[in-house]
Amino acid sequence: MTLTTPKNTKKRRTPTHSEPVLPPEISAWFARRRWKPRAHQLALLKAAQQRRSTLLIAPTGAGKTLAGFLPSLVALGSGKQQKKGAGLFTLYISPLKALATDVARNLIEPIEEMGLGIRTETRTGDTSIARRQRQRVKPPQILLTTPEQVALLLSHPDAPHLFADLDTIILDELHALAPSKRGDLLALDLARLRTITPDAMMVGLSATVARPSELRGYLMPQTDPDRVTHLADLVTVEGGAKPEISILEVEDEIPWSSHTARYAMREVYDAIRAHKLTLVFVNARLQAEVAFQELWRINDDNLPIGLHHGSLDTLQRRKVEAAMAAGKLRAVVATSTLDLGIDWGDVDLVIHLGAPKGASRFLQRIGRSNHRMDEPSRGILVPGNRFEVLECRAAQQAAEAGAQDAVLSRSGALDVLAQHILGMACQAPFDPTDLFTEVRSALPYAGLSRNQFDRAIDFVSTGGYALRNYERFAKLKPSDGGKLRVSNPRIAQQYRLNVGTIVDSPMLKVRLVSARRSAGRARQGGRVLGEIDEYFAEQLPPGATFVFAGEVLRFEGMRDTEVFVSRASSEDPMVPSYGGNKFPLSTHLAARVRAMLSNPGDWPGLPPAVAHWLELQSERSVLPASDEVLVETFPRAGRHFLVAYPFEGRLAHQTLGMLLTRRLHRAGAQPLGFVANDYALALWGLGDISALISEGKLSLADLFDEDMLGDDLDAWLAESNLMKRTFRLAAVIAGLIERRHPGKVKSGRQVTMSTDLIYDVLRRHDPDHLLLEAAWADAATGLLDIRRLGDFLARVKNRIRHQSLSRVSPLSVPVLLEIGREVVAGHARDALLREAADVLVQDAMGDS
Amino acid sequence: MGMLKPERIGLDDFADQHVSICGKSFLAHKSGALYWPAERALIVADLHLEKGSAFAARGQMLPPYDTRETLAKLAAMIDRYDPETVISLGDSLHDPDGAARMDANDIESLHMLQEDRDWIWITGNHDPKIDRALAGYVLPEIVVEGIALRHEPRAGAVTHEIAGHFHPAARLVLHGTSLRRPCFVGNGLRLVLPAFGAYAGGLNILDLAFEPLFGMDGLAVWMLGHEGLYPVAPRLLKDD
Repeated sequence: MTLTTPKNTKKRRTPTHSEPVLPPEISAWFARRRWKPRAHQLALLKAAQQRRSTLLIAPTGAGKTLAGFLPSLVALGSGKQQKKGAGLFTLYISPLKALATDVARNLIEPIEEMGLGIRTETRTGDTSIARRQRQRVKPPQILLTTPEQVALLLSHPDAPHLFADLDTIILDELHALAPSKRGDLLALDLARLRTITPDAMMVGLSATVARPSELRGYLMPQTDPDRVTHLADLVTVEGGAKPEISILEVEDEIPWSSHTARYAMREVYDAIRAHKLTLVFVNARLQAEVAFQELWRINDDNLPIGLHHGSLDTLQRRKVEAAMAAGKLRAVVATSTLDLGIDWGDVDLVIHLGAPKGASRFLQRIGRSNHRMDEPSRGILVPGNRFEVLECRAAQQAAEAGAQDAVLSRSGALDVLAQHILGMACQAPFDPTDLFTEVRSALPYAGLSRNQFDRAIDFVSTGGYALRNYERFAKLKPSDGGKLRVSNPRIAQQYRLNVGTIVDSPMLKVRLVSARRSAGRARQGGRVLGEIDEYFAEQLPPGATFVFAGEVLRFEGMRDTEVFVSRASSEDPMVPSYGGNKFPLSTHLAARVRAMLSNPGDWPGLPPAVAHWLELQSERSVLPASDEVLVETFPRAGRHFLVAYPFEGRLAHQTLGMLLTRRLHRAGAQPLGFVANDYALALWGLGDISALISEGKLSLADLFDEDMLGDDLDAWLAESNLMKRTFRLAAVIAGLIERRHPGKVKSGRQVTMSTDLIYDVLRRHDPDHLLLEAAWADAATGLLDIRRLGDFLARVKNRIRHQSLSRVSPLSVPVLLEIGREVVAGHARDALLREAADVLVQDAMGDS
Repeated sequence: MGMLKPERIGLDDFADQHVSICGKSFLAHKSGALYWPAERALIVADLHLEKGSAFAARGQMLPPYDTRETLAKLAAMIDRYDPETVISLGDSLHDPDGAARMDANDIESLHMLQEDRDWIWITGNHDPKIDRALAGYVLPEIVVEGIALRHEPRAGAVTHEIAGHFHPAARLVLHGTSLRRPCFVGNGLRLVLPAFGAYAGGLNILDLAFEPLFGMDGLAVWMLGHEGLYPVAPRLLKDD
């Protein structure tokens, strides 16, 4: 495969000659603001004049958005458009609807000041139905919207008319959007837009990425996908000043195992006090709650500190954002909800609580401070535990080197393809061969085989089962000229209700009520504080206290889709709010941590407690070389432990733990359980693992052999809850299962059928089915991280360093401390039922 | 708790459990089937055959394997207990047209199960009529040794009854893990069977629908596990 940029292969950087001339009203506007158009803004204008699609990579604060729109403003300002269709000229697509709205605001103002009279509107899920309908008939000249809205617009029969005049498509935050299922769907929709208007030009706006060529390819039609990848032009704006990053050092001992960085809150507070506006980032929503709570506990100066995360009520989030923008806040504790897009206020410090898990996300977050390019952004890393000290140093080094995490190149998801095929059928009858060619022109689907495509069509039409008895119910029917059409207009309505790839786990509203007065059932009124997922709510016993929306709350009960809580009098929440990190440690940072561990020359800068810990480890056990995996076995408290240190992230470790448990069971080691974190996993059992190894009854090389990804994996997948969850998501996206719609409360009498039943039946009777293939592909890179596990097993072949110890090793302490904190699913289910049955026996035998 | 507690004989072998209803002795199996040794009768409820194709007819293409899956499960139970009589307590088909959509192979499997034994279809709300192609006797209900076998449990404090219809399921929360499984629910005087069909969902027994049948006193619940059937203390159970 070769990579090409059509016509010329020159990379465009800063143009020096023949700069395009701005029309007077626009250059006057620049002059009034005492601004000069920046080099990359003019570069994009020139590319547009040559009708070349371009990827712009620039740090925040570089005027990226204006660069993207400038060519459209110039063209539309001239007023010389010829209308073939509805007159929609520029389509702007953003991953966040809030960002689309914000960009619209920032665009409408200059358009008015320039006196260009260009009609600009947004369209999101929040736009009124009347307005959305009007927009389809009479669209604005510039439309700002989200990928899901584009898919919806394309599913209507009038789509060719609506998009007939399309000149420019701007894709914002492309680095965040492209490598995901939403990105797959968008890629397919872009392919359709290109079919409608082949001359439309793409502009991608992105933060710095490890491999720009993938985003450049995403912007281009892949007309010859087997042989070449066409790439869009590239304009790069080099970052301004290097970020200044430090790692917080505190007097206190660094904890062995925690992610909250609670121990360092006093220092964090002092840093906030010394700055104008600080963003405090954490990795998980519940960590945000803890940090917020802790900061207010010591907030002697009553500094205005806010909280921002995805579960909070939208209204509450908007309030925090507005307060930030108005300069009324001194700090905001936030999760990834503030990673992207909008700039709220003049942030001068970013604090990261806990290790950032990935270099790219960290750089993005650090970039939220100091939006002037020529000034350095300032960041402080606060490791949550000892391993995180190493990880924070790795992140610091990566940031200084400007190194990014490589995003795995992805092949387009098959469930998304199925959804798209149905959407296209709703738009108009289609010729399968034409659609296949169009689909393959989208980069994520360039490698799609005709067989996969035909199976996807078959799936959409009749479910695609080996037992072909749904032909008479087919959703797609042949029409004239070998085309396929939808067999029933109702199908289009169904499609529109299910469009999109974001499938949320069911969320429950959290409603504040007064404390329990009686055992009364009906509790009404009360403010909605936000939403929590069903999973978390399910495990709360009545009376439990937990932290949410910055308050300690008492769980009173649950009814339909609402959770009732009251304000708790106690300060200490009973339920640990830590929900686990959302993101596993990136491969890139993991490699840096492994290297650091193996090289004592790197240790002098470490906090004494951490350096001492590592020295102790090399005395009592060993520190592995960076290409090895260390496996320790030792007895403790009547159990025998095996601890391995792959550094491949929690998800891959969990899968490895499940598979090793099966194998140790077969080897007679009687495993009882395991626990995993980002760095290591620990298994324990009744059998003496050290003895089994020394007697030659168990070989670690066999134990860690790649063949575990065969039968053992297969057997485990049959019962894996994570796999079932993955399947459910794929089933919803592919349209097999209808989405649960908010507000559609299921009546108590309704019998619910779970997708688990479908998964079980399908696995047994149709193991090659398209949906299982799709779910498998997701699991491999998602919740089970099998791809990474496979890479790891290949990497450590013949590189297992075994240490048989008489007692616990220093390095194993952090992961051992996680025992009991994590619930291990899988085999545990019958054990749980057995335990419940025992409770019954106790009840029966007791006095009651 | 009252005097009527679930039997706890043979907790070591969890595959089936003794259950008594008005003094008669039964075996409840982890598959959801109930065996009556004295009558050599196997009782199942809510097979919902052809539920998959019923959904497909409305545009939701569920895998078409539910009928064969359910019949295979039934065959395993017939193998295990070798009953003289099989009684299906209604909603055997998901809808009255279900039989017409059934695959010829599946009909043949059914006929093979019916050989050498009596087969009784009790009618239910989903299947007020049973297609002749499915053979067997068709009855609205039947009384055996004083015990009424019917589809929908009678409202109120009725005794001497075995029924289905409600698809009972129970949700258990222990150590922060939630587990929802189909279950048998009874009080020693009457029993409701879980749905036996592969695609039949479940209704939480804490739902109001169950209140007129049992109240909360003396309730006995057996949850279906993968390895066995487990009696569970009702106080551990939770609403959905």
